[in-house]
Amino acid sequence: MPVSLPRTGPRGRLLASSALLVLALTAATSCSSGSGGGSSADEDPDAKVTLTVNLFSDFGYADLYKEYEQAHPNVTIKENRADMGAHHQNLHAHLLAGSGTADIEAIEIGQVAGFQPEAGKFLNFLDNGVSKDQWVPSKTAPASSPDGKVLFGLGTDMGGMALCYRSDLFQAAGLPTDREAVAALMKDWPSYLAAGKQFLANSPNKDARWFDSGGNLFSAILAQAPQGVYDAEGKVVVTTNPAVKQSFDLVAGAIKDGESAGIQAFTPAWDTGFQKSQFATVACPAWMSYEFKANPPTDGGKWDIARIPGGGGNWGGSYLSVPKSGKHTKAAAELAKWLTAPEQEARLFKEKGYFPSDQALWTQPDIAEHTDPLFNNAPTGKIFSQSARDLNPQPLGAHGAEIGTALGNALTSVEQGQADPEGAWKKALADVDNIVN
Amino acid sequence: MAAPTAAVRGARAPARTAGHRWHRLDRTVSPYLYLSPFFVVFGVFGLFPMLYTGYVSFTAWRADRPGSEGQWVGFENYRKLLDDPFFWNAVKNTLGIGVLATLPQLLLALGLAHLLNYRMRGRTLMRLGVLLPNVTSVAAVTLIFVQLFGRDFGMVNWFLSLFGVDHVDWQAGTLSSWSAIAAIVTWRWTGYNALLYLAAMQSVPFELYEAAALDGASRWRQFRSITIPMLRPTILFTVIVSTIGALQLFGEPMLFSQQQDPTTGGSQHQFQTLALYSYNQFWGRFKYGYGAAISWAMFLLIVLVAVVNFLAARRMRGAE
Repeated sequence: MPVSLPRTGPRGRLLASSALLVLALTAATSCSSGSGGGSSADEDPDAKVTLTVNLFSDFGYADLYKEYEQAHPNVTIKENRADMGAHHQNLHAHLLAGSGTADIEAIEIGQVAGFQPEAGKFLNFLDNGVSKDQWVPSKTAPASSPDGKVLFGLGTDMGGMALCYRSDLFQAAGLPTDREAVAALMKDWPSYLAAGKQFLANSPNKDARWFDSGGNLFSAILAQAPQGVYDAEGKVVVTTNPAVKQSFDLVAGAIKDGESAGIQAFTPAWDTGFQKSQFATVACPAWMSYEFKANPPTDGGKWDIARIPGGGGNWGGSYLSVPKSGKHTKAAAELAKWLTAPEQEARLFKEKGYFPSDQALWTQPDIAEHTDPLFNNAPTGKIFSQSARDLNPQPLGAHGAEIGTALGNALTSVEQGQADPEGAWKKALADVDNIVN
Repeated sequence: MAAPTAAVRGARAPARTAGHRWHRLDRTVSPYLYLSPFFVVFGVFGLFPMLYTGYVSFTAWRADRPGSEGQWVGFENYRKLLDDPFFWNAVKNTLGIGVLATLPQLLLALGLAHLLNYRMRGRTLMRLGVLLPNVTSVAAVTLIFVQLFGRDFGMVNWFLSLFGVDHVDWQAGTLSSWSAIAAIVTWRWTGYNALLYLAAMQSVPFELYEAAALDGASRWRQFRSITIPMLRPTILFTVIVSTIGALQLFGEPMLFSQQQDPTTGGSQHQFQTLALYSYNQFWGRFKYGYGAAISWAMFLLIVLVAVVNFLAARRMRGAE
């Protein structure tokens, strides 16, 4: 008798949980601000406030919170995390309900276009002393209202792409290990996949495949095309943009050749894959370094990092937003601005590996010349700034993340041997149709 | 005498009537007051969302179409359901997992209850023990089962490999994923049903067994001819409750999924249940109207299955 859901369907559950959240929040604020509601706290800058921050992963903020709380003794910061899908679904739900949002909510770049119609429900940072010039236009445009008058998200990091590779496995398979030589050998994706065949043929480690998952590789390849799944007019172009099918076929072919380990990213099995050396390369955005740090290979192998085949591309990166329904919007805006200011962004890169979206930082010597011991002292600053400069921003759309997932799922079904590439593609198109219509 | 009595009666009557009235009010109203917390909570968190979901299911409301909120479309969403392959796939998955989960679960529970009914050392501990899987959270249990059913390093595959069975990719196939999810459900609910059966078994008069034993009936014969018929009402109850539960299956398939969007129920929707599909459309795709229609279709399906169950039960009793 698995009673997991009330008979009224998910809506009832969410309504119930959001109502509880509202109760909890009102209770929390009435304790923290003492007298009166949130507005009086906004007027009095020294009143005690508790700021809640909702994130979907570790943004590396713990030390920064401590520093901010020391500088602002009246502020207490509380962070909550949910997984990425649930986080954005909750944010949509709470914006819809007009309550239940945290003071600061993170938004991922693949999801941000879906929030554009609701730009009016967020604090406009342009009215709060923020200049768009802090970021490249490709970072600010998706977090702005269509007329550009509202900026509802402050850029945190960005996902400049690189290729992470296991130099020890490369060496054993007779592939070059030097970064420049690796980049030269794999200038584009076909040559990358050709090297993969060579690796499979020559590697003494028969458990290690060439890459982790088809879905991930597909994202990395498609991210370099001038257009992804949306065109500039906001139309879905999965069937008409040849780059989508070409990338799909390229990856599906590699899966057929046995190059994929077929392990879904961001799952426990993926972590195990890193530890047990189940793949030799990963297309890695800057923020993925946490995964490498947390799961060192148990056989003592070493990761290195080179320029991504094809050059450029962006995968992920986030924004901080302040929903108007929050209780302390002014104080929250101050904190969000501070967390995304260049000094803090620079620290996050050097300490945690999150590459900043503040464009001025890319040329700053301590960023541009930064090396990372995690990747055999590779010049990550140089690699990621180059990748950020090579970036050709793609038009984004409301369902970009879901469409990407549907195409990734189709490739998974090829990996699982449940479908041939053509059948999987047809099913993916049915999924896309279900998402859009 | 008559006059003073009348006067006295006249003076006392109002007080007595008020007390009497209060008493009557107390007797008629208080039961409702005592019950009201349930009905208020049910009204706010059960009935209202249900009716509101019903209303939403008749609109074209979706988050990415501003202004669609109040757009009345009648039965359009329900008509679309009829030729939505994803919906029928979800119906198939729900029923399939439901059968795979409910049947072995109830049979196991029956056997377990029979064993727990024997005299043995530490009987209370054992009886409490079978309920343990039920009091652990779905999330915790499912996350552990995901590891057990892992493709490369899962314990189930390791165990099967001892018998020369190749690694099974449990997530990938339809039947394999159904079985894995059914295993989670069975793990959680077998003990609970076993206790229900055990309670019913203990109310079976001991004389029946004694008489049967005197007549030379074996233990198996006693179980078949005495225990099962005496347990029939309880069995029917557990069948109906388990069926309803199975039709609402949500947490297990959602957390079992290792895809990036857990609401798709696998790479090809191979274990996307109705509740999961409703959630997927409502909160994943923001098609509020359509998602609400799926919820209501699910509700109607549950009512239908419960009625069929009930009628079958009545026939069974009639045939007796």
